[in-house]
Amino acid sequence: MAKAAKELGRKAATTRKDTPAAPERAEHPTFAREELQRILAERESWTEGELAEALGKLVHRKARFETDSGIPIPDVLDPASVRETDYLRDVGYPGRYPFTRGTQPTMYRGRLWTMRQFAGFGSPEDTNGRFKYLLQHGVTGLSTAFDMPALMGYDADHPMSRGEVGKEGVAVSTLRDLELLFDGIPLDEVTTSMTINATAVIALAMYVAVAEKQGVPRAKLGGTLQNDMLKEYIAQKEWMIPPAPAVKVNCDVIEFCAKEMPRWNPVSISGYHIREAGATAVQELAFTLADGIEYVQECVDRGLEVDAFAPRLSFFWDVHNDFFEEVAKFRAARRIWARTLKERFGARKKESLLLRTHAQTAGVSLTAQQPYNNVVRTALQAFAAVLGGTQSLHTNSLDETYALPTEEAVTIALRTQQIIAHESGVDRVVDPLAGSHYVEWLTDEMERRALEHIRRIDEMGGMLRAVEEGYPQREIAESAYRYQRDVEAGERIVVGVNAFRTEAEEPIRILKIDETVARRQVERLREVRASRDAARAAAALSAIERAARDGTNVVPSVIDAVKAYATLGEISDVFREVHGVYREDGRF
Amino acid sequence: MSPAKERPLRIVVAKPGLDGHDRGAKIIARALRDAGFEVIYTGLHQTPEMIVAAAIQEDADAIGLSIMSGAHMTLFPAVVELLGEKDAKDVVVFGGGIIPQDDVPKLKEKGVAEVFLPGSPTQGIIDWIRANIRPRVAAA
Repeated sequence: MAKAAKELGRKAATTRKDTPAAPERAEHPTFAREELQRILAERESWTEGELAEALGKLVHRKARFETDSGIPIPDVLDPASVRETDYLRDVGYPGRYPFTRGTQPTMYRGRLWTMRQFAGFGSPEDTNGRFKYLLQHGVTGLSTAFDMPALMGYDADHPMSRGEVGKEGVAVSTLRDLELLFDGIPLDEVTTSMTINATAVIALAMYVAVAEKQGVPRAKLGGTLQNDMLKEYIAQKEWMIPPAPAVKVNCDVIEFCAKEMPRWNPVSISGYHIREAGATAVQELAFTLADGIEYVQECVDRGLEVDAFAPRLSFFWDVHNDFFEEVAKFRAARRIWARTLKERFGARKKESLLLRTHAQTAGVSLTAQQPYNNVVRTALQAFAAVLGGTQSLHTNSLDETYALPTEEAVTIALRTQQIIAHESGVDRVVDPLAGSHYVEWLTDEMERRALEHIRRIDEMGGMLRAVEEGYPQREIAESAYRYQRDVEAGERIVVGVNAFRTEAEEPIRILKIDETVARRQVERLREVRASRDAARAAAALSAIERAARDGTNVVPSVIDAVKAYATLGEISDVFREVHGVYREDGRF
Repeated sequence: MSPAKERPLRIVVAKPGLDGHDRGAKIIARALRDAGFEVIYTGLHQTPEMIVAAAIQEDADAIGLSIMSGAHMTLFPAVVELLGEKDAKDVVVFGGGIIPQDDVPKLKEKGVAEVFLPGSPTQGIIDWIRANIRPRVAAA
């Protein structure tokens, strides 16, 4: 196995091309040289005049101002600050290369973003009820949270599942659970996102099987599978097998969907967890795009035509507190991705160049203290995601530092999106921050800094290698520690935590998971195991093992196995036996 | 051997259960080390049995548990009970994570010495350790 991983890395290293650098930016293409000279002269005069005078009376509140990623912010931004930007080449028009201003020409004037609230807790029946509640209240897409055992490849009755069944998401061990989860929800009418990675191929297989039972062919299914293992080793850390074979399975899914599920997004290349683990916005941007580059490279290396799969690659960003930096991140991401796909991978279809994305407000920014303040934080973050041009959005609930959200809390989170969409006016104009000297300057800065990280990763032989060597993991842990130190030193204010505190807070109502869920899930699992055709299940598991060993695409055999009611744990065991179990050392 | 008092405290920082959110555990581990404690971090996805075995093998004075998955009511008491079974009841167990306030007294009843909720400064945890944990009188 270790040998196979090395070979994979070597093969990739020899065929790699460079990520394109941002174009040279020398002559200012928008302003005449004379006009630029006049602006620079005026800036100098202002700096020595009004600014110096003001600073003489009252010094700045801080020694220096910088973004949350540590980008120093000048005293003022003006047209000369973006003099190296070529408007038509670097900014341009929405729906046109390099897509800085958005993926679509009309953006929200044509269609609002999808309001997709992530949900999953307790039994499949509990979550089915929450799905139906959300659909009634205006969500336009479903998003499934699985419990920890399902994410890690353990059945509900495995010793590792002790205390975890249904706690952090919905409990799923067999196809029967997914049948109950989507009971009464027409899968040809909704789109469903499934946040699952190590066992993503099993979840997709179950979804395809449930749809077939509803009479919906797989080609008609719309939705997204997260299926991004690189960020698991980097940040979220729910894994089964080592990185190289796990990335291979991710790409099996991409390949399978390119052929059989044209409406499905087979991967959601995720910055969210990278950011939540402590990365800065620049690191999130860089590491996530580097993950995407690795998946594209792996698929190209196995002989897929880039335009055959790239149009269905999707992304997932965190939206944190620094408003303008977040907006700039979305804009820079689209530009880097478009240039990379076109110049490095030679994509020709327009759809291959588009960075379509889901976004979620920053869970890590929420505070247990004064929890109602979280509604305000979430609203500002959601607003930034919309100004950044997201295609889909989840807003966090105010109570999520305590537990999974209550129905009331989720409703406020959803209403926040509806207020932004229907009352704020932001839906009426496309990319309104374009041309802001600050936002354009910051977009360029983030692009430049992210490309430096990506170049370093390219030099290491790509993200798979970098992950195996622990590079992004170390960088993120460092940033997380620095952030915590800043908070404790009072250099970074967190309202209600290290400033503006209130004593004696009223506790809020929170969701408790029924402790009988685990017992009922185990009972159902045992019924399924007892009633299925045991020989058919065993044969299906053997077929997965053969595919995994031969290196052929495992997806068809996993679909057969879930239909035979092989369990999630049994299928995961096959992968663990073939590839071994991944463990991380206890470095900190 | 020098008197027990002079020995720095040995603390096992552990991640029980299946969730992979190790940002907090790693920050705590590093802050405790910077404060002069000897720190052993178990890594992720540990069973109570693995954590207790590590604490005994490392001759730890305390175990700090970090959990975000909601399994704290099962896994924290399991660690305390196992320590009792292994004649290591005097190893102090404390913890933190996404834990509802009303679970805190229940965890304390089951032998968890202290629970730190989200937003707790690392200095507060360090101060609590200094005030409440003494080196174990060697079982040797």
